[in-house]
Amino acid sequence: MTKRTMDNGAMDTKRKINIPWLFEMAWRDSRRNRSRLFLFISAIVFGIAALVAIYSFRYNLENDINAQAATLIGADLAVSGNQQPGPAIKPLLDSLGDKRSEERTFVSMIYFPKSNGTRLVQVKALQGGFPYYGSLETTPVEAGQSFRTGRNALVDKTLMLQFNAHVNDSIKVGNVTFLIAGILNKAPGQTGVSSGIAPVVYIPLQYLEQTGLSKKGSRIGYSFYYKYDKQVNIDKLVKNIDPRLDKADMNYETIETRKENTGRSFADLTRFLSLVGFIALLLGCVGVASAIHIYIREKIASIAIMRCLGVKASEAFLIYLIQIVGIGLVGSVAGALLGSFVQHLLPLVFKDFLPLTISTDTSWIAIGQGVILGVIISILFALLPLISIRNISPLNTLRISYEEINLVRDPFRWLVYALILLFIITFTFFQLGNWLASIFFTIAILIAFLILAFTAWLLMKVMRVIIQSSWSYLLRQGFANLYRPNNQTIILITSIGLSTAFICTLFFIQGILINQLNLSSSSSQSNMILFDIQTSQEKAVAALTRQYKLPVLQQVPIVTLRLEKINGKTAADFKKDTTLKFSRHVFSNEYRVTYRDTLSATEKVINGEWVGKAEPGKEIPVSIEDGFSKRNHINIGDHLVFNVQGLSMPAIVSSVRQVNWNKIQTNFQVVFPKGVLEDAPQFHVLLTHVPSAKASSGYQQAVVRQFPNISIIDLGQVLNVIDDLLDKISYIIRFMSAFSIITGVVVLIASVRISKYQRIQESVLLRTLGASRKQIFAITALEYLFLGALSALTGIVIAVSGTWLLTKFSFEIPFAINLLPAIALFFIIALLTVIIGLLNSRGVLNKPPLEILRTNAV
Amino acid sequence: MEAILNISNLSKTYQSAGRTLTVLDNINFSVAAGSTNAIVGPSGSGKTTLLGLCAGLDSSTTGIVELNNINLGKLSEDQRAQVRNQYIGFIFQNFQLLPTLTALENVMVPLELRGEKNIKARSLELLDKVGLSDRGHHYPAQLSGGEQQRVSLARAFSNSPRILFADEPTGNLDAETSEKVVKLIFDLNKEAGTTLVLVTHDLELAAKTQRILRIKGGKLIADDKTDNG
Ligand SMILES: Nc1ncnc2c1ncn2[C@@H]1O[C@H](COP(=O)(O)OP(=O)(O)OP(=O)(O)O)[C@@H](O)[C@H]1O
Ligand SMILES: [Mg+2]
Repeated sequence: MTKRTMDNGAMDTKRKINIPWLFEMAWRDSRRNRSRLFLFISAIVFGIAALVAIYSFRYNLENDINAQAATLIGADLAVSGNQQPGPAIKPLLDSLGDKRSEERTFVSMIYFPKSNGTRLVQVKALQGGFPYYGSLETTPVEAGQSFRTGRNALVDKTLMLQFNAHVNDSIKVGNVTFLIAGILNKAPGQTGVSSGIAPVVYIPLQYLEQTGLSKKGSRIGYSFYYKYDKQVNIDKLVKNIDPRLDKADMNYETIETRKENTGRSFADLTRFLSLVGFIALLLGCVGVASAIHIYIREKIASIAIMRCLGVKASEAFLIYLIQIVGIGLVGSVAGALLGSFVQHLLPLVFKDFLPLTISTDTSWIAIGQGVILGVIISILFALLPLISIRNISPLNTLRISYEEINLVRDPFRWLVYALILLFIITFTFFQLGNWLASIFFTIAILIAFLILAFTAWLLMKVMRVIIQSSWSYLLRQGFANLYRPNNQTIILITSIGLSTAFICTLFFIQGILINQLNLSSSSSQSNMILFDIQTSQEKAVAALTRQYKLPVLQQVPIVTLRLEKINGKTAADFKKDTTLKFSRHVFSNEYRVTYRDTLSATEKVINGEWVGKAEPGKEIPVSIEDGFSKRNHINIGDHLVFNVQGLSMPAIVSSVRQVNWNKIQTNFQVVFPKGVLEDAPQFHVLLTHVPSAKASSGYQQAVVRQFPNISIIDLGQVLNVIDDLLDKISYIIRFMSAFSIITGVVVLIASVRISKYQRIQESVLLRTLGASRKQIFAITALEYLFLGALSALTGIVIAVSGTWLLTKFSFEIPFAINLLPAIALFFIIALLTVIIGLLNSRGVLNKPPLEILRTNAV
Repeated sequence: MEAILNISNLSKTYQSAGRTLTVLDNINFSVAAGSTNAIVGPSGSGKTTLLGLCAGLDSSTTGIVELNNINLGKLSEDQRAQVRNQYIGFIFQNFQLLPTLTALENVMVPLELRGEKNIKARSLELLDKVGLSDRGHHYPAQLSGGEQQRVSLARAFSNSPRILFADEPTGNLDAETSEKVVKLIFDLNKEAGTTLVLVTHDLELAAKTQRILRIKGGKLIADDKTDNG
């Protein structure tokens, strides 16, 4: 026999890791588990799909905005302001561009003689060839150009439908009757939503004077559109003229600035949506983590054998890591493909919110991002069970230890936790752009997770204590399954509970938002507002109202003014001294204020003293609203100087009022006492209540006929519009949350399905010992019913508290939830858990025990 | 003859529920290279524990295990894994084949780990020796217990181990199959000059070795040479 002795030092302990072999082992080891592994990972498919769809949508949107920005604004340069341009700026406005257009915009009532209908609309009086890019899309097509030549109008298509009007009918705007030359389908920059809120009517500018509506002063918007035939550096141009425009209180917009603004507002939207997608993904990750945990637990024996044969701990770890990466890749690619498909649906979902046509090109960047994200996240969440592989002793070949592989002592565990938290915070930050919000979001998820884990732990402790030997065998066995070795209590409760909490919170918030709206529509008495009433018309309008047997609920004067100084400092002073806090618009805003000698029913003084009458020669004691006070850091005793049409009015803050904005009332940020503003230029507002749509239309027609300058807001109509809008928004939210719901179901199926492999031996054993199939069925049903019900309940409790927190701190609206969907959700989830649980065990029960013992023999 | 395994003052205790359970109590012996040895004793006496310690699957509470002059207690778990791969073969009562690998792949693993050449041919040769050359592509679940144990035998010898540990290799087999497997163990053993340490309840099987170590209550109570010795 040859002598092959070796000493310690000579032993080759630095065997290199053979990567191809690891891949081969990973492949071999996964053989009988691939479909299961795919089931595990399918939990992330829908989250990835949601994100890839949103990302693709975003990239396409960016491209489309870039390509279509010119048609959004319709010109190379647009200048606008709220006053008739004075002699200082007029020469400049007339010198810009090679082609010019002018537009005046104001709100007014219009009248459809044929149907006797009236409605408040946005009138645009246009002159020139605007739009220079894109077009006024009309039916018939040529109307978009031809209406300008005569006494013609273009009327928004929703209005046409509402009043059953046709081309060549007429409408009355102020004192002039126009022929409807065409239906306005789309104007530059317009969306379905914006035209629903303020439908547009175009008329030629040359008839504005005759309508008698142009005398309304500051309420008209003035826009000038310019087109350059030659290449001009617009950026440089606007930089030059900006100071002069600023002085004239005018703003400008170029294709470039419109591009940025549109891009920014849509970035916000897509960010929010990708956060919803991310929630679906996180939910899936909880599923992945729990599935991999059980998968690895089943692999203990195999890993121990490999260790026995000389596989290093790190190699064993890598073999399974490779499997996870592989299956994560497959899942992510599947998700990305699904997402690219779903992307085609998004323009349909969003169509009413988009000012442009969206292409649905396949975005490889979005797909790449989705796949990378999917792989990273599956590794990250599988890492916790994976690192435990390193601690599996080869001793398990001699004696399988049923005690859990002890993760607690592995310091790497904390590293993995930290990585997961860091990842969630960072990813959320990329969606929200706000670290604090991201940290709150992450903490909220963490707390929900801990509550669920604690509930599960508590359940196991309690069950151990309360199970009585006097209970029936089935009851004992079913409940004992909750805490016996290899139980899934914690995993099922956390994953089902988290899904429930997410979905339920979405339902609650949606319900509250819609509820909020109905609240304000039903509880208020006033449902019609008349404004722009001249002082001379005040009494006549009130009389007309009473004539129609309608109540005059409120009639208040309104004066428009600006703030000039706060405690002696002007806007310029504030600009210089950055230590002074103030809201950016405090000086540039126009304030609509009223004057009266008493408080209204919806307000109360929370600080200082209400003064109803001004004393001549003294600073005017004004009352400000609480929110206004907080936003601008203005308090009792502060000195303000207001400017009313060039006249300076020194005032002192004498009280701060809290206003209940929920009631439909005329509420004001600043209220003056009587005795100061009586002679200032002003208009009046009248609030009334119309009992029916019929009464409403008769009354509106009468008002419009007698007082064409008065505008009427029919709140019923406004609420319909808002209802419609909220419907569209909640449709989008539902569309996105569907991904979470599907993921929740997949996680449920996956988690319960894994139990099949866990419970096989046990059920077979019970059967061998003589338990009937019915009994095993009952035991299984009991166990899952309990798990499903408890996790759903805990999830709903979390959702209720989460919703409460959100309404209190984030939305700042009253908390009131509709428990009906929650109760429905509770039963659905409990039932679903039982059904899926039973479907799984059915497979076990129908096979002969021997077959199962054989295929599962280690 | 030179000793391949040296056990001195070996003890193993478990802490459970605050009490100390002494499973092995100051064991001393050494095993000569190429010899055949049996460890026998009543159930729960510590045989499996002792085997696990000798093979470096576990670490002792006190005492030294020297295998091939390597003090196992001084090695890290990964280094011990390497020692197992280089010098040790295993046979278990419940076979312990990797369920997702075919019979042939199971035999190949130790060789692949060593990065050797002609792995497949050599593994097929081994399978042929245990009479299973036509079952190489079958998974363990498709094999009978006796066939599985023969595959595990082929695997145990595939890395030409210096020492083979077997924990009740025939415990799960019927008498006839047991006999076949035992014959194979001893034949392969003789052919390769491997040292054999086997744990068994079966006194007939123990009698086939050269030396019988008896343990009881964690203590080595007898160390007898048999007629074969
Ligand atoms: N992890 C452990 N914790 C506590 N006690 C243990 C542990 N592992 C083994 N024991 C105890 O050590 C003693 C010896 O066990 P061992 O498996 O070595 O006996 P054995 O001689 O192989 O028995 P058998 O012939 O039944 O296989 C037993 O009493 C067992 O309960
Ligand atoms: Mg034993």
